[in-house]
Amino acid sequence: MIGWRSTGRLHWGWFIAFAAVLLLLPLVIDTHTPTVLLIWALFALSLGMMWGYAGLLSFGHSAYFGLGAYVYAIAAVNIGESTIPLLLAIVIPAIVAAVIGAMMFYGRISDVYMSVITLVVTLILFKFMNATAGDAYRIGDARLGGFNGIPGFPTLNVPGFPELSLFGTPTYYVCAVALLLCYLLCRWILARSFGRVLVGIRENEARCELMGYNVAANKTAIFTVSAAMAGLAGCLFANWAEIVTPSVFSLRQAAEVIIWVIVGGLGTLVGPMIGAAVLGMVKLLLGEQTVIDNALILGLLLIIVVLAIPRGVVPAVARLWATWRRSRTRGAGRIGVRRRLGGPQGMRG
Amino acid sequence: MDYAAVIVLEILYMIAFLALTSAGLAIVFGMMRVINLAHGEFVMLGGYITIACAKAGVNIYFAMLVLAPLAVGIWGLIVERLIIRFLYGRMIDVMLATWGLSLLMVGAVSMIFGTTAVSVPAPIPGYQLGSYQMGGYNLFIIAVTLLLVGAMWVVLRFTRAGLVARGAMQGAEVVAALGYDPRKVYMATFTVGAALSGLAGGVLAPLTGLLPSSGGAYIAKAFITVITGGAAVISGTLSSAALFGLVNQVTSFEAGPVIGEIAMLALAIVLLRLMPQGITGRFFRGST
Repeated sequence: MIGWRSTGRLHWGWFIAFAAVLLLLPLVIDTHTPTVLLIWALFALSLGMMWGYAGLLSFGHSAYFGLGAYVYAIAAVNIGESTIPLLLAIVIPAIVAAVIGAMMFYGRISDVYMSVITLVVTLILFKFMNATAGDAYRIGDARLGGFNGIPGFPTLNVPGFPELSLFGTPTYYVCAVALLLCYLLCRWILARSFGRVLVGIRENEARCELMGYNVAANKTAIFTVSAAMAGLAGCLFANWAEIVTPSVFSLRQAAEVIIWVIVGGLGTLVGPMIGAAVLGMVKLLLGEQTVIDNALILGLLLIIVVLAIPRGVVPAVARLWATWRRSRTRGAGRIGVRRRLGGPQGMRG
Repeated sequence: MDYAAVIVLEILYMIAFLALTSAGLAIVFGMMRVINLAHGEFVMLGGYITIACAKAGVNIYFAMLVLAPLAVGIWGLIVERLIIRFLYGRMIDVMLATWGLSLLMVGAVSMIFGTTAVSVPAPIPGYQLGSYQMGGYNLFIIAVTLLLVGAMWVVLRFTRAGLVARGAMQGAEVVAALGYDPRKVYMATFTVGAALSGLAGGVLAPLTGLLPSSGGAYIAKAFITVITGGAAVISGTLSSAALFGLVNQVTSFEAGPVIGEIAMLALAIVLLRLMPQGITGRFFRGST
């Protein structure tokens, strides 16, 4: 759909068509399931942005998703309306990520250490939240509730009108707009020199540094942006589920988003979103039956993709498509078409 | 006085627990620079095999010390042939594929054994220490760990297989030039590592009880123990196990087990930040 090359570019035609489909969907089907698929797509986009373009894999991205959900719930209980909690749910995960990211990237640790640290941060949050049962653990009026989580917080409302709360189709539209805006934000970043530097870091970190770019600062920045988007997704998820439980921090959630992104496609923005929507749908359908365990399918899928198509389905299909087009236009010898094939091959450097 | 003895025993047990559950991961990581994120599920599988055999009437020591390592070792061999060998030198891809394997094993075990907890009673009764009731089986675990670490040291230090393994770790090309196929060494190493995970699972099974998701409880601790320990298999694992075991238990006595675990994990982050040179050769030598 949209751009296959190292950074790709925005095709307004496709974008508007996709936005129109999202806009008109509620006329055709019930919005409950599409809403959560959009939220998962946003979460996958946040990870796909930093993993696919900056080459930074956060093994525990559910930390920021979960933080967004918890911050929203706690703030909404205390404040009683949703505008400030929504902003906090974006800002606080971003601040946490900035601190952790600065610690990791200015310490020049390798990607293995990064995977350990991101995973351990998630585990700490998961264990802590599970242990917060009882009255001792409360922030303002909000009881953290341990394993049972926080139910019954105010959902999103029209800004300035706490009594006009949204659910159903309006929430769907909020999620759709959030996803489209975040997509545009990612495209905008990738079109700027910041995005080019990120891709440069992914391709060759030492060279970027020798050319005078501040690698640590750029990595920290994209980690922060990604965590902010994940926090927004978590906040929307809390509104959709109307409860937050520690499972938002779980290893399962962390694994799922990685699977969505890698199956959908690294180095694209559309791939992770498609991966999340399709696999999210599969997860919901599998959840309705008990013959085959969901984890079995997900695990098998991850193994197969890593072994067979390590760059994901969308880039693989794109390559096939480009080969097909080239074979049709070979007589004309189009250089422009050929160039589309030449994406970076050694993306993990 | 009794209380001090209890604390010391608990700390020793925690250190033994960490060293035992990390041994398999440490061998595989130290030799091959491969991180097996399905390690926790290997341990869990060893536990399930032990419990299933014990319930079928097999002697429980035979089940945990022989059958569990054997079965999990064979499973490790299959995994190495089907998955790992295609991914040597691609560290992050190995982690992703083995994470997939971990999910797959959790799903499969859930389907076979169900999602309810299973357990067998510990075969060694408790004893009285002053006014405290202690688990006798903990002492057995400490003893097994000591024997295991001693055996690993002897094998690596004094046998030809250990020499070849250490050689492959330092320079795969040299070992290959001397006539040993590094791929075979890695295959054997992964199998032995899996067998050790199975042993750990078998030995711990009577103490902890098991769920299909139990692997998650082992992987995080084993992961940080091995990574913080660095590439030296025995000394690295022992030193970080001692440090984390001490911190975990002392904090647990002061503030409860959850805070103890969180303190251990937080310490791991700080250590990794302070000692980023812990892993000397990040990449698998010889292929990249």
